[in-house]
This record gives sequence, C-alpha cells and structure tokens, in this order.
Amino acid sequence: MKIIVLVKEVPDTYGDRKLNLETGLADRAASEAVIDEIGERALELALTYADANQGTEVAVLTLAPEGATATIRKGLAMGAGSATHICDEALRGADLGLTAETLAAAIRRMGFDLVITGNVSTDGSGGMIPAMLAELLDVPHATGLSSVEISDGAVSGSRPIESGVQKVSAGLPAVISITEALPGARFPNFKGIMAAKKKPLETLTLADLGLTADDPDAARSIMLTIAEKPPRAAGIKIIDEGDAGEKLADFLIENRLA
Amino acid sequence: MTEFPRDAILVVVETRASGELEKAAAGLFGAAAAVGTPIALVLASPGAGSAAAAEAAVLGAARVLVAETPDPSALGVSGVDALVAAVELTQPDAILISHSLNGRDLAGRYAARQRAAISVDAVGVSRDDEGVVAHHSVYGGAYNVTSTSTFGAPVITVRQGSIEARATAQPPASETLDVTGSGKPAARIDAFEEAVAATSRPELRGAAKVVAGGRGLGSEEQFALVGQLADTLGAAVGASRAAVDAGYIPASQQVGQTGVSVSSQLYIALGISGAIQHRAGMQTAKTIVAINKDSDAPIFEIADFGVVGDLFKVVPQLISALEARKK
Repeated sequence: MKIIVLVKEVPDTYGDRKLNLETGLADRAASEAVIDEIGERALELALTYADANQGTEVAVLTLAPEGATATIRKGLAMGAGSATHICDEALRGADLGLTAETLAAAIRRMGFDLVITGNVSTDGSGGMIPAMLAELLDVPHATGLSSVEISDGAVSGSRPIESGVQKVSAGLPAVISITEALPGARFPNFKGIMAAKKKPLETLTLADLGLTADDPDAARSIMLTIAEKPPRAAGIKIIDEGDAGEKLADFLIENRLA
Repeated sequence: MTEFPRDAILVVVETRASGELEKAAAGLFGAAAAVGTPIALVLASPGAGSAAAAEAAVLGAARVLVAETPDPSALGVSGVDALVAAVELTQPDAILISHSLNGRDLAGRYAARQRAAISVDAVGVSRDDEGVVAHHSVYGGAYNVTSTSTFGAPVITVRQGSIEARATAQPPASETLDVTGSGKPAARIDAFEEAVAATSRPELRGAAKVVAGGRGLGSEEQFALVGQLADTLGAAVGASRAAVDAGYIPASQQVGQTGVSVSSQLYIALGISGAIQHRAGMQTAKTIVAINKDSDAPIFEIADFGVVGDLFKVVPQLISALEARKK
C-alpha cells in the first residue's frame, strides 16, 4: 500500500497574515510559515495506518517555493518515508487548475493507492483540490471525512454534510480528504528528526512533470483587484460596576439588536 | 426548445434528503439575478425533480433544467456529468455553485474536467465589460479581492449565507436535461443519517445573530449560559476553538479560521480572548460585543461594546434586563 499525503506550507493563523497589495500574492515574509495543521492530521492518519500495517509506504507531497524545505522535513521527521517537493518559479501565483494539474502529474509519477489531504487549507480556504485530483486521476473521491477506516483495498468513513451524515466507501485507488475531527499530529522525536535527514527528498520542476504553466488551452483564474480593509476600531469599553448587564441591554435595544 | 438567454447565469442547486432544495439556493439565485438571467440546473434525487424545479422557479430561475441522479448512492460524479451537459446547452456567462462540501466537489471536478477557471468562496458577484467577476473576502476579512476567468465562464462557488439579495419569482418553465454518463468511478454512499434538529436555534452559518462562548465559560455545564443568552436574542450558538478543544461544545459550532466564518449583524463573544484565529472567522460581523474579565484581551480591540467583568454576573443580568423589556 502506498499512501501519498499532501501537505501545504501556510502562514500561521495565530499571527497576522498579509497579502502583497502590488502582486496580490501572499507575503511570506510577514508571518511565520508552518505546515497547515490539517495536513499534519492527514499525515497522522497515514502514519497510524502504517504503524499497524507493515509494508505501508507513506510519502508526503508539497507544491511550494524553495524555502519550504523545513516544513517538508517536519513531515519526514514525523515518520513519512519519503518526500517530494514540486518547486518552480513558474508556479508562483498558480491558480487551482494549474495547482491540481501539477499535483496530479506528480502523484501519477509517484504511484499511489490512496491520496490523503486536508479538507480545506487555512489560507486559500478553497477546498477544491481533493475533488480536482480525483477527477484528473480518474479515481473516486470521498471528501470531508470526520472518521476514516483504511483496509487493504478500500477506504470508508463518515462524511458530514449540511443535512446529516453519510457513510461512504470507495475501492482503492482513491482520494480522500479529512476534517479537523481526526486526531492531531504526533510530535517528531529526536530519533525521527535525525532519521529525516537521511530520507529521500525529491525536488521536481514543471519540466520534470512534462507541464508548462502557460498552457493556452486551459482557462485560469486571475485576481483583478485587491484592497486591504481598514482595521476595525474599538468602540466603547466599560468596566462592570454591577450594572454592565443593564447597560449592555440598553446598547442592544438602542441599536435594534435585541 | 427556445434558445437560452445570452446573459444566462447557470445556478447549480441540489436537493436535500427531504426533497427540498439546499438552503443556499435562494442566495445563489439572488446573486445570479443581479448579473444576468438565472437558469437553474437542479440535481435531484429520483422523483424529486419536478417539485424541486417548481421551487427553483419561485426562487427566481427563469428556466430550469432537471437532472435526476441515475444512481443516488454514487457520490458526486453524476452531478458533474449533468453540469457538463447543462453548460453545453446554455452557454452561460458564469456558473454559480454553493461553497458547501458537495458544491466544492462538484465545482472542482467540473473545472478539472473542462479546464475551466474557478473562483472560490465568493461573497458576491458583479459584472464588468468583460464578464462576471467574483468578490472575495480573504484572510478572515482582512482583504477584499476580485477575480475572474482568463476566458470562458468562471465557475464561482459562493459562501453560504453571504448573499442577502433575493431574486423575483418566475413562472415555472422546466425541462429534463439529457445527460451522457461519463462512467467515471465514484465512491458509494452506503448509508445516510439525517441530522435531527435537536434545537430550534438558528443555524450558525448565515445566522443574523450569534452568541459565542470561549474557555472563559469554564465547563460544559456552564457553557449552557451561552445558549440561554442566544435563546433570549433568537441567536445561533458559536464557540471559540479553545471551547471546542475543551469539549464544551461540538466542533460544528466552532467559529474561526478553521471552522465557520460568520458575518452576522450581531456577534456577542463571551469569555473569548480573541486570538487572531478566532477573529478571522467573525471580524466582519456588523456589531461586535465582548464580555471578558481580562481587560487586555485582544477581542476588545475590535469590539463595538466591550464589558470588562465577570460574565457569570453580567450575562444573567443582561438576560433578565432583556426579558423585562420584552414585556
């Protein structure tokens, strides 16, 4: 069984995140870069299965600028066996279509039984990549799973949607995405960190994958305008002197909010 | 059949287990009507098509294409096949789909198959000389961004509860869409358990008022106070990630970067410090009220009305004051 886990480097949501107002791209210097936590949970799921099932190969895959090596190493330190880093200047500002086509080409090249991703990233919050990959790889998708069981030839789980919860299953190969309901990631230990240095880390360019960034046949999404919203100003702040509940009730009623 | 309007906006809506259209449908037609003529593609479970088509017309669809899924236990793929056929037939200027889990899967698979451009998680649409433009609120509302497609109709997923506009009802005009199955492999839906509405409270997503609680509530039992204030105001209940992690309330109620984003008229934060992670999910609310015992809590930086005090004293007093004035 070969499991590929997608991880993404994102600006830490616990700090201020900035977009460059000239280019519209994420300002990577403005905030600390971390592996998106949902990707760590996806990796944890794969590693838990690998711990219990000998002969399972877990590979992490990321598409990121050059500086992302540290976050990829973290995936290896957690226990993934190998890593692939797609890195190409021409992918700067890539839209979802180009991103999905590039990832799919890499996944095809790596070979897979199961692809596991987070349901939605904290930066783009698109949540499209899993289904796009399934379409491009010609396999079933089971997205937004809040619990997952992996067996030899199949994967199943609970899929909460607005009106209830579906129980879904798919034969492998397949693409699944998981929600935050899955367990959090293990911490890499010293042994893992040392071992990570010896694990294979492959870097791929678009040319390696036989792709170009400016295929005229594909429609791409482009950003037209970008503007920063003025920060919200603080309003009234009172210290409770025994009547704050009353005062707050007045405020809500005056503003027709009660 | 007559031609489709040149300014067609294809709105894709699916039926729920009850047979009714998904809740986001009204907003999708409202958004579409502002930039063109809404044409509906109704993805219905078998037998639910004609009722759902009538509902789509009431919500503003000038024409309705009905595709009843040939295999309701196959996840997702038949909807993509239907969308391919509907786009071919109607040649729309844009395709609007809800940014729900199923909507995202549909949009993603369709765009990958047809190499169409996607604009995700839009909070509005407009039209310029070149075509339909999607408006986004990104990084938790810190930036406003617009996007569109280099060519062809953009596939736009619309954030649930973000569109207030509603379209005018249209006379019913529906037809069955001819769909050629792609035969692509799909996951199976083996069982479905419908969510029982355990509460008469409004849903968090799209709620006009939200009362949210954080770690300051202290325990699952004491978290009930959040619900009491919510019920007094007719508000939905939300929570910070800290409260969810502490087990006070299920993760479905989490507001924040990871969780639900709300843009309610009123947002009351009880015992929530206001980490950026949380603010990213609520700072676009119109009026923000915060009650916290720590006067340095960052939530006060964005609160229109902040109370430094013990929420276990302030909130019960607020509830009784509001109850007294209702009489």
